[in-house]
Amino acid sequence: MLTASLKPLKADAFGHWEANHLLRRAGFGGTPDQVRLLVEWGLDRSVDYLVNYREITTEAIKADDFRGDIMQPPSPEERLAYRNAQQSQDEVTLEKIRRLRQDRQRQDRQQVRALQQWWLKRMIETPRPLEEKMTLFLHGHFATGYRTIENSYHMFLQNQTFRKHAVGNFAELCFQIIRDPAMLAYLDNNESHKRLPNENLARELMELFTLGEGNGYTESDIKEGAKALTGYSFEGNEFLFREDFHDEGQKVIFGKRGTFNGDDFVRMILGKPQCSEFISLKLYRFFVNDLPGPIEGPTRAFVVNLAKEMRQNKYELAPVLETLFRSEHFYDEENVAAEIKSPVQLTVEAVRSLKTPIVDLNILVDALGLMGQDIFFPPSVKGWVGGRSWINTSTLFVRQNLLTHLLTGRLPSGFRGSSTRSQYDAMHLLSHLTKGGDGEYALDETVNFLLKSCLGANPLEPRRETLMAFAKDNGGRVNNELVIGMLCLITAMPEYQLC
Amino acid sequence: MCNDHAYTRRAFLQKGLTMISTAATVPYFIQSSAYGMTNPFDLLETSSIAGKPQDRILVVVQLGGGNDGLNTVIPFGDDNYYRARPQLGIQANNVLRFGGKADGLGLHPNLRGLKELHDEGLLATVQGVGYPNPNRSHFTSMDIWHTANPQQPSGNGWIGRYFDNTCNGTPEPNAEIAIGREAPKAMMGEINKPVSFETADLFRWIGEDLHKSMAKPYEEINRGGEELAGVKEGTQMEFLTRTALNAQIASDQIRNAVRIQPLVEYPRNQLGQQLQMVGSMIRAELPTRVYYVTISGFDTHAGQANTHANLMTQIGSAILAFQKDLKAQGNDGRVLTMTFSEFGRRVKQNASQGTDHGTAAPMFLAGPMVRPGVLGNHPSLTDLDQGDLKFTADFRCIYAAILESWLKADSRKVLKGAFKPAVIFNKQV
Repeated sequence: MLTASLKPLKADAFGHWEANHLLRRAGFGGTPDQVRLLVEWGLDRSVDYLVNYREITTEAIKADDFRGDIMQPPSPEERLAYRNAQQSQDEVTLEKIRRLRQDRQRQDRQQVRALQQWWLKRMIETPRPLEEKMTLFLHGHFATGYRTIENSYHMFLQNQTFRKHAVGNFAELCFQIIRDPAMLAYLDNNESHKRLPNENLARELMELFTLGEGNGYTESDIKEGAKALTGYSFEGNEFLFREDFHDEGQKVIFGKRGTFNGDDFVRMILGKPQCSEFISLKLYRFFVNDLPGPIEGPTRAFVVNLAKEMRQNKYELAPVLETLFRSEHFYDEENVAAEIKSPVQLTVEAVRSLKTPIVDLNILVDALGLMGQDIFFPPSVKGWVGGRSWINTSTLFVRQNLLTHLLTGRLPSGFRGSSTRSQYDAMHLLSHLTKGGDGEYALDETVNFLLKSCLGANPLEPRRETLMAFAKDNGGRVNNELVIGMLCLITAMPEYQLC
Repeated sequence: MCNDHAYTRRAFLQKGLTMISTAATVPYFIQSSAYGMTNPFDLLETSSIAGKPQDRILVVVQLGGGNDGLNTVIPFGDDNYYRARPQLGIQANNVLRFGGKADGLGLHPNLRGLKELHDEGLLATVQGVGYPNPNRSHFTSMDIWHTANPQQPSGNGWIGRYFDNTCNGTPEPNAEIAIGREAPKAMMGEINKPVSFETADLFRWIGEDLHKSMAKPYEEINRGGEELAGVKEGTQMEFLTRTALNAQIASDQIRNAVRIQPLVEYPRNQLGQQLQMVGSMIRAELPTRVYYVTISGFDTHAGQANTHANLMTQIGSAILAFQKDLKAQGNDGRVLTMTFSEFGRRVKQNASQGTDHGTAAPMFLAGPMVRPGVLGNHPSLTDLDQGDLKFTADFRCIYAAILESWLKADSRKVLKGAFKPAVIFNKQV
């Protein structure tokens, strides 16, 4: 029975399926060994390890890991040269300038491709899975798309901001996001001037980022909020407050009058209880359950309780996430293996939990796009809808084929690149099974173990029979080839798409 | 539409409860074809010329790169055309003249296929289609056509929104098919996404190629129809099992469909091969409502004449063959074909015997349901906007007409605004 309370799971109820569930939801899953370790640690230590990750050392990210000067705006001299050429209709010079710009755009498109690969690799390798998982959550929440802003370095900076605040303070992140060059460009605030304020950022800030559509604000609050946000702009890669653009006059926001600026506006939004409820609901849909339809009954009450917890903690996310991941509600059978894996989850989890070799990150990034989750390219400011919209008859084949690719090196349909022979050693997964007297693993034990390791819940009965029949068809000896074959079949099961 | 076209009220009344009782476990994909094949009455109905709204199909042909409208529908009667295009202009005696009310206008000499359709009253040529404040970037203008939103061309596409508006919650399987590696934005809905594949042979699981023993267990796993009964209704597992089964059946159907020799011969060019696949899928009674094909290469900045002429041959021959195929199948009455490009090209040719990015351009609509002839007004060649044509028809009015009259949907919801439907159909539609 689903409960509305935040009370924690009983310590002795934390077994294999619970540890497995936690590792998948708070991260990207793990190897059988890692799941065993969490079971050994128990609930509290496991949650603490995943959430309070700051002491775990990870590869440092430096500001110059990517080039920040590719898409710099033209200098005053360049601008002058362009104007002169235009006036004198100097086609040769104009063409040269156009070429230069196109060349930069080309370089920048290459860099955003590198950025996609870099982040995917980081998600696969990180010892702090929740850090990247929350960064992914925030990327979908404060969705900003490269296609509109055409500046890969700004996308990188934003990604870093998300990572920095991943389990930090959500309020602090909101103050950062109205200073974030990528967001300011994406929602047209960088040019917003007191004479003609652009309402885009003010609207989405409330509708999508903090309160939810029509949830505690009016059209007039949007107009007034837009005035407060005028002047929040950037130059190069830095936030810039353009005083001459900013409207210093009186505004009326949520019925209060004052000479508010953007930070005041954000502070007033954060003061509304609707904000913590909206964010709690989004976290719930991301981490706990994303079934279609309205959230009601004990689930709704649970979200309300979580929001209360968030207010008590003044928007600190770490304690809220700890409470969530410890709660009995989180481990309820209604919520285990109840979400459809996002393309990122499917890909990263497969590599992390099966330890398959990555032949080519390019192929994986391509696959994300074909499955509908091109990172740094969300479809709109609403981010990815997720849930069932991930799955249709063609993305299902892409998903199955991607797994076959990871396990065997064979190239799935529609990909650039070439097939390679697999170097995959699947036998390592079985290292904790005991070999029989003949020095071999028992078949039925192996089948059970593989199903248990790959799926989020007890498999359907016919699955075992199918795999046993397949194995016997192939001689029944547990060797690398057979295990890979069985893994190809397990990962092609409809339930493999669940986590 | 949505799932109710799997078994309409009419089917329910005719076939009674026995058929419906199986409907709960048989995926809808099997149903619609089973009905079509077992009941000759249904076959007659679906191939009737009028076409019930739920049987109607839209085929979109995207011309990527910006098709040169002025060398497609040629204003040979206007001297300004030859002044702007001293080398690229098509000689008046080569133009396939419309004649009649469209005197002074005609088709590119390689569009013989379209001229044939025009003469038979199966083609509407809509002139000067564009939108206000035209954008000359390929990316942005294509997004504008796909989203039908010039102000903010991001988010979902118009076809995707059409499907979202007609069903809620669970996406409809195989309702929209795009031939190509990536799904076009136009078809991306919030819930509904298109099925897309380059060739039908790639629309399947590659694990089967590993070893012959993989096929049987894979089938058991993904065609587990009998399990559906055991899986709780409304759960993710039910949704996934159903989609997996649909995928297997779609894969079989599509691959079988395209293997069959078509009733007419298609040209062996890219568009011809794509439309042949679409024709075969329509013939195989797939439940697909919108098909999308794309050819590119229209970005003719230099040495345009030959490249463009070849593309014109491709369009004319492929669309003609497609229409003939549909007619031979008896499906022509329920299939509307529409072409578009993200923009036309500059009126004046450039110094490299090519043309640069422009604005308005003609669209073609083919099928017996269209109002035949040359529709709307040709844009002036002298009253220009920065060297480009001023549009005379808003593309959203074309979309509105297709949505309202052909697909019987509320165009205001889909287009997020009221656009007066262009008069592009027969009165009876």
